[in-house]
Amino acid sequence: MEQRTPTLRNVAWLWFGIAIAVLVVGFRQAIFLTPADAAQGDIGRVFYYHVPIAMLSLLFPYINFAASLAYLFWRNRDPLKALTADALALASAEVAVVYSSICLVTGMIWGRVAWNIWWTWDARLTSMLILWLLYVSYLMLRRFSSTGQSQTLAAVLGIFAAVDVPIVYMSIRWWRTQHPAPVFGGGANSGMDKSMLPAFFWNLAGWALWGVLILLFRFALERRRQLADQEAALQAIEASLEIPQ
Amino acid sequence: MTYLRHVLDHLRKDLRLEWRSRDSINGMLFFALLVVVIFGLAFDPTSYPTTTRQIAGGILWVALLFASITALNQTWTRELRNQVLEAQRMAPSPPSALFLGKVIANMLFVLAVEAVLAPVFIVFFNLHVLGNVWLLALILPFGTWALVVNGTFFAALGLRARNRELLLPLLLLPISLPALLAMVQATTGVLTAELDLIQINTWIKQLAGYDIIFTTIGILLFETVLNAE
Repeated sequence: MEQRTPTLRNVAWLWFGIAIAVLVVGFRQAIFLTPADAAQGDIGRVFYYHVPIAMLSLLFPYINFAASLAYLFWRNRDPLKALTADALALASAEVAVVYSSICLVTGMIWGRVAWNIWWTWDARLTSMLILWLLYVSYLMLRRFSSTGQSQTLAAVLGIFAAVDVPIVYMSIRWWRTQHPAPVFGGGANSGMDKSMLPAFFWNLAGWALWGVLILLFRFALERRRQLADQEAALQAIEASLEIPQ
Repeated sequence: MTYLRHVLDHLRKDLRLEWRSRDSINGMLFFALLVVVIFGLAFDPTSYPTTTRQIAGGILWVALLFASITALNQTWTRELRNQVLEAQRMAPSPPSALFLGKVIANMLFVLAVEAVLAPVFIVFFNLHVLGNVWLLALILPFGTWALVVNGTFFAALGLRARNRELLLPLLLLPISLPALLAMVQATTGVLTAELDLIQINTWIKQLAGYDIIFTTIGILLFETVLNAE
């Protein structure tokens, strides 16, 4: 991942091209080909972006969780593997924040038109917001903690956050099912017309490809940063060993 | 058995330290009192008894949350003086005993603050509790444990970070949101008597589940955090 081999670069460009092509097809399907939603009109087209991205933004925290566990497992056994896991954890947390931000923003645009309000403390909105808050706090910790221990602390927080996500989900569902929400968002899977399926799946595929692409890109960037750090540390040690004449 | 003795030793040490200075209890108490006064000035609770009952649970927990954050920030810094924490790391006793002792000590401090604050709160807000007051004796300890166990853990986690005073609330609040939701809902349910007993029980059970889960993870991961170099 870290060496700049031409094959890897070609694969990355190919992947980029495919992701863009699929997204273009998805855009054409969602905006031009699919008939407007019977109940909502054209604003219903936000759905083709909002729902795939919401589904994917629930996926990246799991990658972060797995990478955090892997980091803690390898920390004392195999530090180089642990660093790789840490780079993956960082990349997936950042992509999770990006995707859940997009999910929140597209949802708010839809809510402004459909409900006439930007925000409501509905179960799904609240749990997505808390997910966003959890991974922003993860990134904050990585910024604030000192370099030597930031990976370990971040991995611990990643585990806490991943454990918290299902608890948040359950408790908020319970909270909002006893008070029926004032404006109830139509469930995503409460029946989808056949004509809507292609737009939905093209966009799901496109955003999945795009998410994996930026995840791997960020991962490679972080790996290079780690290797540069190691190189700098090595040179510093070598310089300190030279005896002044 | 030896584990329990280690926990008790750590607890005794923390209680003695606190007894000699009484810094964190006094600080927390005055801070929580100030928050209550500020909310009292902002809302004029005596004129609107129904509204007051509906928001009092939230205000009480916000006051306790902020007050305990101020104390939790100090809870590990006193171990940094004279390299006490390094000595703790070298000690043969399990690190989680140190963590548990500290959590129990902090729990006792916050409970002491609550014991003083609750009557003051009722007087200042002119609260007339409609539900079963004794349920609060269950909700307050469970809620406090949820705040203190995670707070102590994250205070240790951010101990060597830059601006750790800022970092603690940034980490603690998102993780604690489900617990905060449960304790505020249960407390408001008791104060207003709008929730029936089964619903309040479910909130208390959720709080207890949260406590058990995060106490377990804290005990399991504390050694990693203490030796994170």
